[in-house]
Amino acid sequence: MAQAIPAGTKWWSGGKSPFNVEYGKLMMWYFLMSDAFTFGAFLISYGSIRFASNGWPDPNEVFRAFPGMGDTHLPLVFVSLMTFILIMSSVTMVLAVAAGHAGDRNKVTFYMILTIIGGLAFLSCQAWEWTHLHGEGAWWGRNPFPNADGSKATTNFSNFFFTITGFHGFHVFSGVVINTIMLIKNLRGDFERRGHYLMIEKAGLYWHFVDLVWVFVFTCFYLL
Amino acid sequence: MSDQSTTAHGASSTAHGAHASFDTKPIWRTFWILLGITAVELILATIHLKTGFPNKYVLNGVYLILTLSKAFYIIAEFMHLRHEIKNMIMTIAVPALLFVWFIVAFLWDGGSYNNLRNRYDAHYRDANKVKVAPEGGERAPAAQKPGEQQ
Repeated sequence: MAQAIPAGTKWWSGGKSPFNVEYGKLMMWYFLMSDAFTFGAFLISYGSIRFASNGWPDPNEVFRAFPGMGDTHLPLVFVSLMTFILIMSSVTMVLAVAAGHAGDRNKVTFYMILTIIGGLAFLSCQAWEWTHLHGEGAWWGRNPFPNADGSKATTNFSNFFFTITGFHGFHVFSGVVINTIMLIKNLRGDFERRGHYLMIEKAGLYWHFVDLVWVFVFTCFYLL
Repeated sequence: MSDQSTTAHGASSTAHGAHASFDTKPIWRTFWILLGITAVELILATIHLKTGFPNKYVLNGVYLILTLSKAFYIIAEFMHLRHEIKNMIMTIAVPALLFVWFIVAFLWDGGSYNNLRNRYDAHYRDANKVKVAPEGGERAPAAQKPGEQQ
């Protein structure tokens, strides 16, 4: 671990990874790149359609309820809570990776459990929000919210909202599944026997990517 | 211990000795930065809602800058990319530049399509000007809304 990289190392002369990362981790990065372009295609087509429309619903009018409090007239409070939950679970994920570097199996278990709880909390929030919006009459092909200027809106708004947050939510769900598998493997002592916790790092990369995408979804749907 | 393990794997992203100890301070620093930026976005949105002060276009620009800085911190610190060697950073950063073209081209195209329709499709243009009565009686707050704002 403590090996310093000698100055003037010839990275492309063969015999070693020119990227200085383990193979699986590099491939995870490339997978995330392709996934970023998938999400990018979704969000950019949303932007393209929005630019091609004369009016669009005002997010401040659409997203302003909070569980148990009804209509709060405070938009963004609930979605900010969701953002906080996801950032927090990213932090516990980094802490799990850090614990893995230190070879501390119990700490890895502890932080992985926290990360999984964070993911489940986020999914619950999203389920609540979907249920709430569905109750308001919004769904694929149905949009009860008028444009900000009072004209009649198309169904584009709900279609993109449910498709993109749904696709993101599916990623969160897969992340929770992956993290659970990592937790089980850690509990079985697989990583300890292997001598390293690189799998935790790869799962971590995926988990942070989910957080990263949420940052953009948050901006595109709730702020702009 | 992780020493042999990573070298046995041929390569190691963790090869930077400085991070071997992995003190958790930078992690929490990043957390506070991300939380702080989100809080600023929330406050700006609330101020805009109450006073309409930062012009919506200016505000959108601010949001985009804040979003990109959040993305930077997640990728650089949480995903550890800032601490990898330059080859690794470039193999991710250079393809990501495609997004610049991707965004500019498609938003431009969307805007152009809308302009053409407004110019040549009278039905589309006029239909967009009709104000609908606030639908759904139970959504009373919508009633005070038509017209003003933006």
